[in-house]
Amino acid sequence: MLQQRMTGAEIVLKALVDQGVEVVFGYPGGAVLPLYDALFKQNRIRHVLTRHEQAAVHAAEGYARSTGKVGVVLVTSGPGATNAVTGLLDALLDSVPLVCLSGQVPTQLIGTDAFQEADTTGITRPCTKHNYLVKDVETLAGVMHEAFHVARTGRPGPVVVDLPKNVQVAEGTYVQAEEVRHKSYRPRVKGDAAQIEKAVALMASAKRPVFYCGGGVVNSGPAACAALAELVRDTGYPITLTLQGLGAFPASDKQFLGMLGMHGTYEANLAMHGCDVMVAIGARFDDRVTGRIDGFAPNAQIVHVDVDAASINKNVRADVAIVGDAGSVIADMHAAWRARDARPDAEALTLWWRQIDTWRARKCLAYGQSDTIIKPQYAIERLYQLTRDRETFITTEVGQHQMWAAQHFHFDRPLHWMTSGGLGTMGYGFPAALGVQIAHPESLVVCIAGEASFMMNMQEIATAVQYGLAAKVFILNNSYMGMVRQWQELLHGSRYSESRTEALPDIVKLADAFGCTGLVVDKPADLDATIRRMIDTPGPVLVDVRVDPDENCFPMIPSGATHDNMLLGELVGGRGPAVTEAGKGLV
Amino acid sequence: MRGDIVNAIETSETHTIAVLVDNEAGVLGRVIGLFSGRGYNIESLTVSEVDHRERLSRINIVTTGTPMVIEQIKAQLGRLVPVHRVRDLTADGPSVQRELALVKVASTGERRVESLRIADIFRARVVDSTNESFVFEIVGKTGKLDAFIRLMEPLGLVDVSRTGVAAISRGAESL
Ligand SMILES: Cc1cc2nc3c(=O)[nH]c(=O)nc-3n(C[C@H](O)[C@H](O)[C@H](O)COP(=O)(O)OP(=O)(O)OC[C@H]3O[C@@H](n4cnc5c(N)ncnc54)[C@H](O)[C@@H]3O)c2cc1C
Ligand SMILES: Cc1ncc(C[n+]2csc(CCOP(=O)(O)OP(=O)(O)O)c2C)c(N)n1
Ligand SMILES: [Mg+2]
Repeated sequence: MLQQRMTGAEIVLKALVDQGVEVVFGYPGGAVLPLYDALFKQNRIRHVLTRHEQAAVHAAEGYARSTGKVGVVLVTSGPGATNAVTGLLDALLDSVPLVCLSGQVPTQLIGTDAFQEADTTGITRPCTKHNYLVKDVETLAGVMHEAFHVARTGRPGPVVVDLPKNVQVAEGTYVQAEEVRHKSYRPRVKGDAAQIEKAVALMASAKRPVFYCGGGVVNSGPAACAALAELVRDTGYPITLTLQGLGAFPASDKQFLGMLGMHGTYEANLAMHGCDVMVAIGARFDDRVTGRIDGFAPNAQIVHVDVDAASINKNVRADVAIVGDAGSVIADMHAAWRARDARPDAEALTLWWRQIDTWRARKCLAYGQSDTIIKPQYAIERLYQLTRDRETFITTEVGQHQMWAAQHFHFDRPLHWMTSGGLGTMGYGFPAALGVQIAHPESLVVCIAGEASFMMNMQEIATAVQYGLAAKVFILNNSYMGMVRQWQELLHGSRYSESRTEALPDIVKLADAFGCTGLVVDKPADLDATIRRMIDTPGPVLVDVRVDPDENCFPMIPSGATHDNMLLGELVGGRGPAVTEAGKGLV
Repeated sequence: MRGDIVNAIETSETHTIAVLVDNEAGVLGRVIGLFSGRGYNIESLTVSEVDHRERLSRINIVTTGTPMVIEQIKAQLGRLVPVHRVRDLTADGPSVQRELALVKVASTGERRVESLRIADIFRARVVDSTNESFVFEIVGKTGKLDAFIRLMEPLGLVDVSRTGVAAISRGAESL
């Protein structure tokens, strides 16, 4: 094999090309100038300049989450790297594959408090799946390939490669990806056959089964989601999805119970509480999902499939644990189900569905409609109805609007829903939408935002305008940090401490100042026309949707409560139990 | 009831875990960061390169936790990229555990003689001596070292240096 000598910066660029990278989101600075110079001299890789490094990471997340590819970020040393930290942790908690390249001071200056020096590998160790500090240019190509391998395989996650400036300019040898083999990192793909057999036997014996699936199935890919749908339909069992799992199974299917958890549906949560067999696939029993853990699914035998052994038995003990990739294990489960010619107890299943239908009949997502003020739920419902005939990608910010989006926008396909679940990062949604739009230039991309969250990364309007990214920001403006206000109402005697969003900018003028379109709507009667205008207007559009400031998001399982203790909206039976003192101490 | 299961396994256990890792920069930081970040206990931790050709280090960790936490610790260690193997020496059959301590006792007269007599019983060796002090070297299980050190306290104990536990499974099998 002919040895290729080149500079460290060129090695990085070549590795990116060989890894199939098309776009890098970043922000320049002194410690990455050689990399930016190498970028300048080539035309294979596109660079998208965001206006803040955090936004670069979220944009890369949006890109990754909507394509299944690895998102790539490039930031400078010191403040560039520290600005990226929130995005990295966000990607870690939501299992998003990223490679973040950061500049570093030259190796001989490391440890001297040099200008813009930060201990980036130290700071990002708990915020990444893995990180590298490359001190020798001869290891650089290998590290680059390994970084992509680690980011995309197993449980996906962010990987940082810290690149001292002298390594970027030093000459080294390029090696191909095929020549790199890691010594110890071998994520497990195939599930244990005996455990799968046990799981299927348990499933076949169930009287009140439920599938509880999550982001891991989405991570595994569209094929895994299709395989899940086949298995679920073959069994005839009900299925619920986590916030991160939405789209892994078609929302329009009658076996779908909706999202579960803190703001999940009545039927999903009661099915979880009442089930005798729970099949958890690619879901991590997050506290937003389980509620009070010692009262969680009290009579269930639990099958848990996860690619990460550390997700199993972390919060809830599994009766049958299967470590492996969701797609592979689902296929094996289905094969075992067919081989066994499993016939579930039809009578029990009919009773179970009848029970579920009575829960469904509560229509827990119903809300009081108004013809004078826009209800936030209604705004999302109309957005869904007016966009459902085209390919639409939705991102969200964090807060009530995020939960209403999860409840009232329905996803039949995976990879069309991007939201910050694990870290709950306000400021995620808008830059994420720009990353999605880069990946899908012809599709409609809408960020469903809250006015407070939007302000956390609104400088990215400039990015949208510069690159002509037509992403739309649909701001449910309730002039409150609504989710905070809701908790203050329920837990702290309606003392709305610092949760009003005062001094908001005029969104129309703001858009105008940046050179894009701004719209405002405050009457239910004008909503449809405004949404249509938003869709039909080329380029980025900001829409200020003035919604009812007092609306709360229900159902809600208050902190410290179990699934059968839900708070419902007034329209559907009103209040449930009060929050306990112990619950107030929880998040 | 699930709650009963949770309660039944809430009792804390002490486990010795051996971890084989690539001896690369920062690897110990990853392991220690994992323990501090997730609130796990470290009772003892030893680390040294054990395979110079492959540059592999062995880390022995003594930790306490409920069975569920111990299982988490092993799974979390296992997912660190530079980790090759994780083995629970407490759960996976009998093992040998040894620790070395250097114990300095400064005293004269009757107490000095008494310290020497106890050292003899514990098979501790004198590795340094002046007119008013001894340094004892003692090897054994953690409990034996604890007992020895306790007995030295009234006899002029001034300084202790311990290695932490090195452990290995019994029998022919390797890590
Ligand atoms: C304000 C707010 C409210 C929220 N309320 C809710 C709520 O009501 N309901 C809700 O569900 N969430 C809610 N969340 C989100 C919640 O915090 C978690 O992010 C979410 O529940 C986690 O989803 P998940 O279990 O699917 O796991 P993810 O975080 O998506 O993790 C995926 C799991 O699958 C595994 N995995 C990854 N890849 C694979 C693979 N290829 N094969 C197999 N396994 C794989 C991973 O190891 C991991 O265990 C809320 C968040 C916010 C910010
Ligand atoms: C960076 C960050 N800071 C603080 C929070 C806590 N928080 C969660 S929701 C929320 C309010 C969000 O307000 P808005 O964006 O207007 O959404 P709404 O709830 O009103 O729909 C806050 C402050 C957070 N999630 N992220
Ligand atoms: Mg708001």
